[in-house]
Amino acid sequence: MYKILKAKFIAPNVKSFIIEAPLIAKKRQAGQFVMLRVHDKGERIPITIADSDIKAGWINIIVQGLGKTSAHLNTLEAGDHLQDLVGPLGLPTHIENWGTLVCISGGVGTAEALPIAAAGKAAGNRVISIIGARNKDLIIAEAQMAELVDEVRISTDDGSAGRHGLVTDVLQDIMDEGIKPDMIVAIGPLPMMAAVSNQTKEIGIPTMVSLNAIMVDGTGMCGACRATVGGKTVFVCVDGPEFDGHQVDFKELGMRQKMYKKQEAESHKCFLEKQMKKLKTEQAEEVSS
Amino acid sequence: MKREKPQSFNTVPIKERLTIPRQDMPEQDALLRSTNFLEVNLGFTPEQAVIEAQRCIECKNPTCMEGCPVNIKIPDFIQLICNKDFMGAAEKIKEDNSLPAVCGRVCPQETQCEQVCVVGKRFEPVAIGRLERFVADYAMLHGNGSAKTIEKPKPSGQKVAIVGSGPAGLAVASDLIKEGHDITVFEALHEFGGVLVYGIPEFRLPKAILREEVANLEAKGVKFIKNFIVGRTMTIQELMTDEGYDAVFLGLGAGLPRFMNIPGENLNGVYSANEFLTRSNLMRGYEFPEWDTPLYRAKHAIIVGGGNTAMDAVRTAKRLGADEASIVYRRSEEEMPARNEEIHHAKEEGVQFLNLVNPIEFIGDEQGNVVMAKCLRMKLGEPDESGRRRPIPMEGSEFTMDVDMVVIAVGNGSNPLIAQTTPEIETNKWGNIVADDDGRTSMEGVFAGGDIVSGGATVILAMGAGRKSAAAISEYLKEKVGSVT
Ligand SMILES: Cc1cc2nc3c(=O)[nH]c(=O)nc-3n(C[C@H](O)[C@H](O)[C@H](O)COP(=O)(O)OP(=O)(O)OC[C@H]3O[C@@H](n4cnc5c(N)ncnc54)[C@H](O)[C@@H]3O)c2cc1C
Ligand SMILES: Cc1cc2nc3c(=O)[nH]c(=O)nc-3n(C[C@H](O)[C@H](O)[C@H](O)COP(=O)(O)OP(=O)(O)OC[C@H]3O[C@@H](n4cnc5c(N)ncnc54)[C@H](O)[C@@H]3O)c2cc1C
Ligand code: SF4
Ligand code: FES
Repeated sequence: MYKILKAKFIAPNVKSFIIEAPLIAKKRQAGQFVMLRVHDKGERIPITIADSDIKAGWINIIVQGLGKTSAHLNTLEAGDHLQDLVGPLGLPTHIENWGTLVCISGGVGTAEALPIAAAGKAAGNRVISIIGARNKDLIIAEAQMAELVDEVRISTDDGSAGRHGLVTDVLQDIMDEGIKPDMIVAIGPLPMMAAVSNQTKEIGIPTMVSLNAIMVDGTGMCGACRATVGGKTVFVCVDGPEFDGHQVDFKELGMRQKMYKKQEAESHKCFLEKQMKKLKTEQAEEVSS
Repeated sequence: MKREKPQSFNTVPIKERLTIPRQDMPEQDALLRSTNFLEVNLGFTPEQAVIEAQRCIECKNPTCMEGCPVNIKIPDFIQLICNKDFMGAAEKIKEDNSLPAVCGRVCPQETQCEQVCVVGKRFEPVAIGRLERFVADYAMLHGNGSAKTIEKPKPSGQKVAIVGSGPAGLAVASDLIKEGHDITVFEALHEFGGVLVYGIPEFRLPKAILREEVANLEAKGVKFIKNFIVGRTMTIQELMTDEGYDAVFLGLGAGLPRFMNIPGENLNGVYSANEFLTRSNLMRGYEFPEWDTPLYRAKHAIIVGGGNTAMDAVRTAKRLGADEASIVYRRSEEEMPARNEEIHHAKEEGVQFLNLVNPIEFIGDEQGNVVMAKCLRMKLGEPDESGRRRPIPMEGSEFTMDVDMVVIAVGNGSNPLIAQTTPEIETNKWGNIVADDDGRTSMEGVFAGGDIVSGGATVILAMGAGRKSAAAISEYLKEKVGSVT
């Protein structure tokens, strides 16, 4: 069992956890992730390691409640335990001094971009971060990012913060200002990564994306996480999770992500019903006492 | 082989022994069991076990033992069954095989001990596997090691790390703990047992049996650590230099699914056998949504391949409610590597067999779900290097099948993780670790055995390799102490 030391919501539906895991803290590098199970009948899900402290022996993960497992995870508090936690998994991000590195992230992807931005900065790059979200409330880790990089730019779909528009618009702005990125890292929802890759392919800027394929073991044993990159099949958990965005078959990956849509909805519904029941009995107990 | 002549407890005259019919093992009704995940075989009753044991003619040169990869003292344990000393029989087997309840269930006895049983030359061979299973289950039910209080040997002061908790790793742990070494088993997954838990289904090998075996080893002092990936969480070098392990055994298995590299393989609904079986067995997808991991429930499933893995997958698909679940295999049934019993059971459960057929493409719908398989018919040519007749595509034989799930069960390669993180360990062109007969690798103090060395094989061969390595590790540790003092 793995103890949760701290837990706190940092945006609606997005929770940050500090988890006791000294061995993983010691080993992990930018771009790596853990597989975890919340309880003993739970699914194994991959979550990126956003931060860690070797001395104190913890790792930080940031989780967006999407379906059953992540929603359940986000009900946990400090003092609770995870059933299983294994890692660090995946290949570390390949970092070098490219010159100007632009880190583009969307939604909870910003948590995953933090260690890469930090490593990029440490390697001597000028790092510009572009954070995109639907609205102001959904922007996470802006302050943390600001401490790491040279410049942070925000875009929101509804214009409630930063530039009114998409991250691709901000990237265009940057280039219009005469800045030529040497390397781009894009992490976030698939459509966003696909859009950025499309944009940069035309102008020839190398672009790295972090693929969120559905996983089971995360060790290369099952092949659930396969994707097509450059016409070849890769296993995202051991060959990635980062790949050349210009080579990725985003359409196929998009379809694979929806593989269990119906069952996921069913599972989430069961969970919510149980939560409602629990809440009702708790309230009833409170009233009667 | 040290084996004294066994005492005979069989009171049936030799000639009459040959007239006793081979005992059938009770099993769940085929129609019923194809809808549940409970164990298919129910095991002998004590009476049946004694009758079956009386069929053994106690050969002077028991060929059965030569057929057994770990040379279990077969006639000796069978004699003990004649005497109704079932606990004694279990002890006798355990001298050579630490997982008899597993092997009694999954070993291909018909091509090993039973194939060379003398009785089998004219009649049906003695049901050695069923007898093994019977005594192992009996011993488990009637308090295994706990009857005798476990004597812990004097600590040797030396530490051994075992990587992987499959049959190879468990066999090493079982042998080395007896010598007083400090043994720790590291497992990447959240359950112990390797393929025995994530691959072989509950209806063939109940998980409770493995948990019990692991608990027995724990009681003897073996430490088990799950969620620990050697190579990632810690490297082999770190285990040895920072954590003070004197020797390391690698029983990593052959866990890297092979695909066929044909169009449409990444469509939704196309699984590797490893994924399909892991979702079902380890993650208990068959109990979704009670358990959280989803799994396709197909109407028309095809499973590509002809080994035990394919049989497990097809029978699982059937149990998940498929109207049609078929094996698609490019050779004929004769060449199928699966155990006869599994083929037979699959047929009884309504599995179809499409032999001499090979898929060449999978076709999907708008959402990327597989809906059709394009196949070719095959004929058999001359034998190839595997000794089996080579399948040759028949021109113009292309046809399609409607399918909503495909499972690819054409074998596994080796996981490259250790090779990537420990370049000192030599691997061959297939990615298997190179080890000598006793499991020594090219890295000092590091041994390996089981599927990671041999490529996909069997439980008993993995255990046999583990036992050889255990002996070599034992020697190595003695020399190590000698060189220090
Ligand atoms: C390498 C990697 C790193 C990730 N890092 C983070 C992170 O730091 N923070 C975060 O909030 N999320 C992260 N994710 C995504 C996270 O794993 C999924 O959101 C989570 O599995 C959803 O599970 P669920 O049961 O809550 O939702 P579900 O309702 O089951 O699924 C919602 C969506 O999540 C995806 N998904 C479902 N099951 C899995 C699975 N077993 N493995 C992977 N994806 C799945 C699918 O696209 C699905 O449509 C990462 C994914 C990958 C592959
Ligand atoms: C579906 C299926 C059915 C089968 N049916 C039969 C049968 O009926 N009869 C038979 O005799 N054989 C059968 N086999 C074959 C048999 O299961 C294998 O030959 C045997 O399990 C190999 O044992 P092993 O100990 O070498 O490896 P495995 O059983 O593969 O165990 C290896 C273990 O090591 C762990 N591991 C790997 N890398 C690491 C790491 N870096 N750190 C920590 N842990 C790690 C893995 O998670 C795994 O648990 C079957 C195989 C399959 C897949
Ligand atoms: S070969 Fe058959 S008959 Fe002979 S000892 Fe072995 S089991 Fe008994
Ligand atoms: S998740 Fe199983 S191989 Fe990647």
